Amino acid sequence: MHEHRLRFKTLFTVFLMVVCANTGDLLLKRGMTRIGAVHVSLEGLKQAILATVQNGTIWLAILFLLGFTIFYMSAVSWADYSYVMPASALGYATQTLLAILVLHEAVTLKRWIGVFVICFGVMLVGQTKPNTTKGQQMPS
Amino acid sequence: MIKIIVMLGLLICSGTGGEIAITYGMKRIGELEGFHPRSILQFLGRAMKSGWVWLALPLMAVSFYSLLILLSWAPVSLVIPSSAFSYVVGTFGAKHLLREDVTPKRWLGVGLVFLGVVLVLMTG
Repeated sequence: MHEHRLRFKTLFTVFLMVVCANTGDLLLKRGMTRIGAVHVSLEGLKQAILATVQNGTIWLAILFLLGFTIFYMSAVSWADYSYVMPASALGYATQTLLAILVLHEAVTLKRWIGVFVICFGVMLVGQTKPNTTKGQQMPS
Repeated sequence: MIKIIVMLGLLICSGTGGEIAITYGMKRIGELEGFHPRSILQFLGRAMKSGWVWLALPLMAVSFYSLLILLSWAPVSLVIPSSAFSYVVGTFGAKHLLREDVTPKRWLGVGLVFLGVVLVLMTG
């Protein structure tokens, strides 16, 4: 019973992580599209940092990504990193769907097959025990 | 394409390093008790006292700016699935640095996620 509750709590937190991460990434893409391609040079990076700091969409994205970080930190405090991290891979599938719906990006059948393989992998991971280190002391 | 791969490498190394450091710190701090603002603030307060969290923060900042640069160069449907390469690195890190017991079934799941990401990347 305890394991069922732990699994539900973990999966629900992972769901909130995915919602925050997807929204944050879409907003980041929108913000960076407005800023334009970053040039990798001292001057280019300086300009990019200034432009991102002054961009409201980037700040809104950061709020969502902060939400993701809080849910992520919370999840890994009771569940294994190697469980939480792959379980959140569902976000890659929903992100692809949102890229089509919101940003009108073209996604081929081959890419969709890849996305379904990712989802199957996530289902397998979800059937394993969420915590394998209970009671273990982390060394100082 | 080379600059995208180099930036992707930086994103994966800094991101995975930061996540492993934060996980190590969180395991020592203890779990969040409820989602009330007060509990979250107390939890964040405890986290800010951890050296592992302070190690993770600059790594995550580098990871964040690498992601921003990648998003300015390529579509989100290419960049975000590409970043899933960190799964293999992360699971190895979880096994060897965090001493988590990664079962064969979980390895299979992680492997499938990885395979799916490779398929997605081949369409890029």
